Amino acid sequence: MARIVGGLTTSHIPAIGNAIARKMFEDPYWKPFFDGYPPVRDWLDEVKPDVAVVIYNDHGLNFFLDKQPTFAIGAAPEYKNADEGWGIPTIAPFKGDPAFSWHLIDNLVHDDFDLVTCQEMLVDHGFAVPMQLFWPNYADIGIKTVPLVINTVQHPLPSPRRCYNLGKSLGKAIESYPEDLKVVILGTGGLSHQLDGQRAGFINKAFDQMCMEKIVDDPEHFLDMSIRDLVLEAGAQGAEFILWLAMRGALTGKVTTRHSNYHIPISNTASGLLCLENAA
Amino acid sequence: MPHHKEPIPGTVMFDGTQAMKGYALNKMCYSFNNKENREEFLADEEAYMDKYGLNDQQKQAVRDKVVLDLIAAGGNIYYLAKFAGIYGLNVQDVGAQQTGMSVEEFKEKLRRAGE
Repeated sequence: MARIVGGLTTSHIPAIGNAIARKMFEDPYWKPFFDGYPPVRDWLDEVKPDVAVVIYNDHGLNFFLDKQPTFAIGAAPEYKNADEGWGIPTIAPFKGDPAFSWHLIDNLVHDDFDLVTCQEMLVDHGFAVPMQLFWPNYADIGIKTVPLVINTVQHPLPSPRRCYNLGKSLGKAIESYPEDLKVVILGTGGLSHQLDGQRAGFINKAFDQMCMEKIVDDPEHFLDMSIRDLVLEAGAQGAEFILWLAMRGALTGKVTTRHSNYHIPISNTASGLLCLENAA
Repeated sequence: MPHHKEPIPGTVMFDGTQAMKGYALNKMCYSFNNKENREEFLADEEAYMDKYGLNDQQKQAVRDKVVLDLIAAGGNIYYLAKFAGIYGLNVQDVGAQQTGMSVEEFKEKLRRAGE
């Protein structure tokens, strides 16, 4: 049977992709951010997950406003990264696991989550940056992936409660997969940030720290929040916290924090990193 | 109605109203994922805007490169970022412009948020 080994959170800002491409790991601006990741890579080396389910938002690479799904899931053998318009070099494709994807789709739709299913899918920085941060050698080790997209581009966005419940359903679906796979769930994006409007540059450290604490032991704290509440507290793009809540909903066992890091700013964003182990 | 509550100052929720209003502008910006399209735009901006059917407000905002005007014309920041990228501007440049600060002042404001 498949088993969920843990959940990871990380910011997925394009500037990180650019810094990785330019190998700026020791640069004074970037070092406090990149230094957060080696302990998580050590944990991943220990646990060796076979599949990563990556919960992120598409930023206008695979989807446009002509068709904007609330939830979409990849079911492709391979996911290509592509030009997003600002010159970050395109990186090697990511492996998929179509049979596992379809198992998740069957179960999630059975639980009333209507997903757009994608047998072809381009993955943007929202997916590629977290994968590169956690598995710099992803192409060599051949870790398989399932992209799970939640709309944070066009309101109305799905509520915190709905995303958490999606995660619960995802967790159950994973654990009912008959193959012996070890699965890790990534919740990407956040923490507080706002890119647009006169409020651009808004960051709320106190709220972020509360999020990093409560998501471990009391994720239900957030379930009555509206999207507007989240935008007010965390900024327009801080609403990406719903991606973290979906990840947290999928963790089914006793959760232990193996590592965390919080740093301001990276680009316009307060970045949060968590490594949560999911005990059987 | 689920999401119609008091507005958040300095924040435009990109909802259905904005999505309809900004469709042509955002569609043009979405096309900038493609390098050939970026080059075609730079070669003749007016012709490219006509091709995508931008209205006068959207065209003027594009000519002026004023981000708040682009948002007022229905632009969505995720697509506008691709437009800013053509000129080598990042989100800190865009943030500085929207808040009337220099880029250095804007970076300092972000840094202070971490204290």
